[in-house]
Amino acid sequence: MSWAGKILRVNLTAGTVKSEPLNMDWAHDYIGSRGLGTKYLVEEVAATVDPLSADNKIIWATGPLTGTMASTGGRYTVITKGPLTGAIACSNSGGYWGAEFKMAGWDMIIFEGKSAKPVYLYVNDDVAELRDASHLWGKSVWETEATLKSSLQDPLTRVSSIGKAGENGVLFAAVVNDLHRAAGRSGVGAVMGSKNLKAIAVRGTKGVGNIRDPKAFMAAVKAGKKVLADNGVTGTGLPAMGTQVLMSVINEVGALPTRNHRDNQFEGAKDIGAEAMATPRKTDGKKHLVTNQACFGCTIACGRISKMDETHFTIENKPQYRGANGGLEYEAAWALGAANGVNDLEALQYANLLCNEEGIDPISFGATVGAVMELYEMGVLTKEQIGIDAKFGSAKTLAFLAEETIYGRGFGKEIGQGSKRLTAKYGHPELSMSSKGQEFPAYDGRAIQGIGLAYATSNRGGCHLRGYTIASEVLGIPVKTDPLEHEGKPDLVKAFQDATAAFDSSGLCIFTTFAWGLQDLSPQMQGACNEDYTIEELAKIGERIWNMEREFNNRAGFTHKDDSLPARLTSAEGACKTGPAKGKFNMLADMLPKYYAARGWDNEGRPTAATKERLGL
Amino acid sequence: MQKMLHINADKCTGCMQCEMACAFENYGTFATAKSRIKVFDFHHTGKKVPYTCTQCDEAWCLHACPVEAITVDKATGAKVVNESTCVGCKVCTIACPFGTINYVQETGKVQKCDLCEGSPACAEACPTGAITFIDANWTGLGKMAQWADKLGNQPSAS
Repeated sequence: MSWAGKILRVNLTAGTVKSEPLNMDWAHDYIGSRGLGTKYLVEEVAATVDPLSADNKIIWATGPLTGTMASTGGRYTVITKGPLTGAIACSNSGGYWGAEFKMAGWDMIIFEGKSAKPVYLYVNDDVAELRDASHLWGKSVWETEATLKSSLQDPLTRVSSIGKAGENGVLFAAVVNDLHRAAGRSGVGAVMGSKNLKAIAVRGTKGVGNIRDPKAFMAAVKAGKKVLADNGVTGTGLPAMGTQVLMSVINEVGALPTRNHRDNQFEGAKDIGAEAMATPRKTDGKKHLVTNQACFGCTIACGRISKMDETHFTIENKPQYRGANGGLEYEAAWALGAANGVNDLEALQYANLLCNEEGIDPISFGATVGAVMELYEMGVLTKEQIGIDAKFGSAKTLAFLAEETIYGRGFGKEIGQGSKRLTAKYGHPELSMSSKGQEFPAYDGRAIQGIGLAYATSNRGGCHLRGYTIASEVLGIPVKTDPLEHEGKPDLVKAFQDATAAFDSSGLCIFTTFAWGLQDLSPQMQGACNEDYTIEELAKIGERIWNMEREFNNRAGFTHKDDSLPARLTSAEGACKTGPAKGKFNMLADMLPKYYAARGWDNEGRPTAATKERLGL
Repeated sequence: MQKMLHINADKCTGCMQCEMACAFENYGTFATAKSRIKVFDFHHTGKKVPYTCTQCDEAWCLHACPVEAITVDKATGAKVVNESTCVGCKVCTIACPFGTINYVQETGKVQKCDLCEGSPACAEACPTGAITFIDANWTGLGKMAQWADKLGNQPSAS
């Protein structure tokens, strides 16, 4: 049935590692990965817990399709209560770690408590033990992986770890695996660090089997792969240009937030997108982009591998950054670039490398720098405080602040608190472009009505991945809706959020939804797991997961007031200045009550008894 | 016509579908640890390269075997391990200069690519054409074509 049927429970306080049978009722009702890991978390952890305390738990969860031949079958999710937001934190990652862990014969690991000393978890099939990590503490993500592989004398080991940022409690610290893939948002890395847990090194030889109906499964997998191959986005655009293909598209739609959302189009967009990465540089005649990269099982291969200009000022005396390395995604390029008005592609890649090397979320980091630059230009922050002049557009400032933040030096310590706390400290909370404390990603909620609503209602704070209505509002997938129109968006957002939760729980990558709908996921899930997983059932499970997350947040103290957007996004004063959305702002006040109604919630955003009963909550 | 596996590493994305397909074909589970083809990810250059047995005509493994457990499949040209004859001495793993025959501790025998009796699962699974199964006499055809293109399709002056 595609689940391994076993989970690891690690008590870091006691130093024990135990095997436990997977709760198969919960597996049936919540599938895996996001849904199942969250179910365990909400059952075992009080929603009022302090995220960085020993009472919080942190879970690595694969899905039933992780480690199978289903396309993109390599993903895992890190679930905890997020220190950046105080809400449910659920960060998905690709690479190879998830599949290796599943192939070792496990579905999930639950970490409880706090270790007295730095440790790492070593998993090799049935062997799972905590080992001393004092020699690893203080190492970067990259050094940690290299050290583990060499000391274990096993190059096939996969490593999921934090860098110095997670150790030092940067509130948007990430968990990084396979050098440049990450469970990036909400500070899951800080929770890992707070438990003195440095890494999970895994080697799995058992493989994934137990497929319910192998013939039906492989036929469905083959059909799904064909749909991906034939689709313009997943079959051509993403492998060739990566997510960076979106930079010019979103800019032309007038939805590229620029300079802390002061503007909604960036004059430098052409310098930092896919086209720029593929154009030979004037300095050395070489292209920034070297090749693409897939994650485990992925037939899309949207990943970027890039090589920096060796003469660029950021790496003049740093040969360690000169080889091929994980390249810019759209989100990182936007957050490091447009959000700060920086159009120096090489500088963006340098900052991107630092984010991977020491494990921080480039979205929250970049957006926080944008707030800092605005405070500097207003005269609220000074050069003396920040350590450097911080005008919008300065590549030098971006590079400097990236270094300060990953190493926790000087003003970098303040940036590491995220924009909500930083702007509040300096008397301008309205300048944090965030919801529930998590910074918005690369789509302007004033120019695209649905995504603005999605940001405000996302269970993990400002996020595009919880309900990527961009697919419909900009790309016409599955049908085109008008980004400037707010009517009908509450239903659209709900539909995306529910379907996404199902995809996120399967072990597959959300990027398949550029081409697939639940009708493509269902036969693969039925073949591998359970005939029950019809389209309707998957949508219902997604809705169940969404409501479960919402209830956790409500218990944690969130109210309907937190389903909010900053005034800059909802007022005429903050309206878009240029482009197709000129004069527009987000109509949240109109959409939100309709969204609550569509969700079956009361007018304070709480699931009603009828809704809970229908969903089995 | 005898065919052989052809690797075009420029097209490999590191997706590992080939490794899973090989394991699924031979063991019925998705287990990259059991695959006879392995993908190597060279981080410093960004290149991913699948590698497996190239079915030597005068095979070190075949000649080294003390019990003649490795024989030639006449139809495919593959050098095949007969598991019931194999004693797991592993001398073949030492003899092979390329490292493409390896021990399987779970069975006590060795394994190597046997071209799946003429329908290699890895080539079938590869989404990009990095692994193809082509006429064994013409594995250079693709590269020849590239250079012929440069030679023959020069822009003319007139």
